[in-house]
Amino acid sequence: MSQELDTLYQEIILDHYKNPLNKGLRDPFEAEVHHVNPTCGDEVTLRVHIAGGVVEDVSYDSVGCSISQASASVMTDLVIGKPVDEAMQIHATFQELMQGRGNVEPDEDVLEDGIAFAGVAKFPARVKCALLSWMAWKDATAQIVASSADNKETTNG
Amino acid sequence: MDGLLPELEVIRKDFPILERQLAGGMPLVYLDSANTSQKPQVVIDTMVDHLEHHNANVARAMHQLGAESSEAFENARDKVAAFINAPSRDEVIFTKNASEALNLVANTLAWARGPLEIGEGDEVVITEMEHHSNIVPWQLLTERKGATLRWFGLTDDGQLDLSNIDSLITEKTKVVSLTWVSNMLGTINPIEKIARRAHEVGAIVVVDASQAVPQMAVDVVESGADLLAFTGHKVVGPTGIGVLWGKREVLDQLPPFLGGGEMIETVAMERSTYAGIPHKFEAGTPPIVEAVGLGAAVDYLGHVGMDAIRAHEHAITAYALDGLATVPGLTVLGPLDAALRGGAISFEIDGVHPHDVAQVLDSRGVAVRAGHHCAKPAHKRFGVQASTRASSYLYTTPAEIDALVEGLEYTRSYFKLG
Repeated sequence: MSQELDTLYQEIILDHYKNPLNKGLRDPFEAEVHHVNPTCGDEVTLRVHIAGGVVEDVSYDSVGCSISQASASVMTDLVIGKPVDEAMQIHATFQELMQGRGNVEPDEDVLEDGIAFAGVAKFPARVKCALLSWMAWKDATAQIVASSADNKETTNG
Repeated sequence: MDGLLPELEVIRKDFPILERQLAGGMPLVYLDSANTSQKPQVVIDTMVDHLEHHNANVARAMHQLGAESSEAFENARDKVAAFINAPSRDEVIFTKNASEALNLVANTLAWARGPLEIGEGDEVVITEMEHHSNIVPWQLLTERKGATLRWFGLTDDGQLDLSNIDSLITEKTKVVSLTWVSNMLGTINPIEKIARRAHEVGAIVVVDASQAVPQMAVDVVESGADLLAFTGHKVVGPTGIGVLWGKREVLDQLPPFLGGGEMIETVAMERSTYAGIPHKFEAGTPPIVEAVGLGAAVDYLGHVGMDAIRAHEHAITAYALDGLATVPGLTVLGPLDAALRGGAISFEIDGVHPHDVAQVLDSRGVAVRAGHHCAKPAHKRFGVQASTRASSYLYTTPAEIDALVEGLEYTRSYFKLG
């Protein structure tokens, strides 16, 4: 009983939950998004700052369960300082892990603390909790990339 | 313990699912009955028997099975009418659930002409403790018609704030729609008092009785409601069947909802005329076996006795409130006096999110609900985003409440809170 719970609530997850990294909303940012999990009401407001093709900062304010809070903390730690393309790859790897129903072997080199969420994939009801902030980050980043592409077109045209 | 159903163990045997063991051999402790109730064997058997021996479409098949099926379906209407003391069986309309019943009312009011017509300057009054299904349809109606939506606020102990009732319900008010028993706070509202005020100003009263009909003897006439909705699956019946009861004079003034088979009197290419109630509001093949199951369900509850069920719920709820009060850092949302509330108890625990509470409880076989329970505004009123909700029913035992309280102690220790 407790063993099954422990696969979900890894120490790493509980640590990030109690001491979240990069929490709080900061300037500068090029996009801010607000994502909600309509079934449970978990919410995240998230800002992304990109400069020179690198994710310079991700800041957020959120309310939700331990899984969603820890996931936001781990996500920001993984993507800040990475080139946008590489960060998008990490996102894809994490999403694949979460949607793998527990059958995907996590890649620690890519996901670092994120491998602690491997157990979440076995709890279908909690996968959305783990993905909430990742989806928000992808949305905000995609907005920035799209608008900078628009600007280029305008400048070129 | 006073008030418990005397034959509780016999009643529990009527519900086969209560024998279930969950992962790790944990016995099921089902405390999510406000979400959906479990089903007694007699409901399951009645539905299987209907499908095995009497299945046919209703009201349009001329053969023997058609007659049997129609009779079973219409018998279910009689049983429901008797159960809620409806003056006429024709006032009982089968819908697919309570949400559809409430949407039926809000939509047909949007199309109504004459005394029930709603337009600019008119007002609809609801409350801050409604389920989303009794908020959104009224938002849609008032937006479409240029009318104004207003609502009763809540007191700190989770009751309706009636201090401004006379300025809230005025000559401008066309509809007052409210829940009888809150699905989140558990509060039992003074429907009759509010209905009296609404009728003084000529408004109609719509009551969401989804949580009331399962828990207490409901007399639609005494309630003061003009229209009243509830759902089958919370009264030990199946999903897919709900009920709208309405006073004949109100239902007759409302235009049809869905158009199609069964709801017509005659159809020509240019125009149609419509059937009388209840069929006017029952287009298409209805949920037949679900209605039959609901008939068996209300028979079952009637046999146990709604007053006895209410006394049982009261005793269990009081016991649960006492138990929850022993858990450090736990705050109950809603009235703390079991006499003022139904069997759904929502609570917060400092330092643990409701999802995590529910997850840990689930690992011990204790099934509760976590989230906003489709009552986001009520949560916001109490400054919380989500809560954990334990809800009992006629089969709930004091030992199951003990399992809940022990599970909550374990949850606190699991998350290292003292």
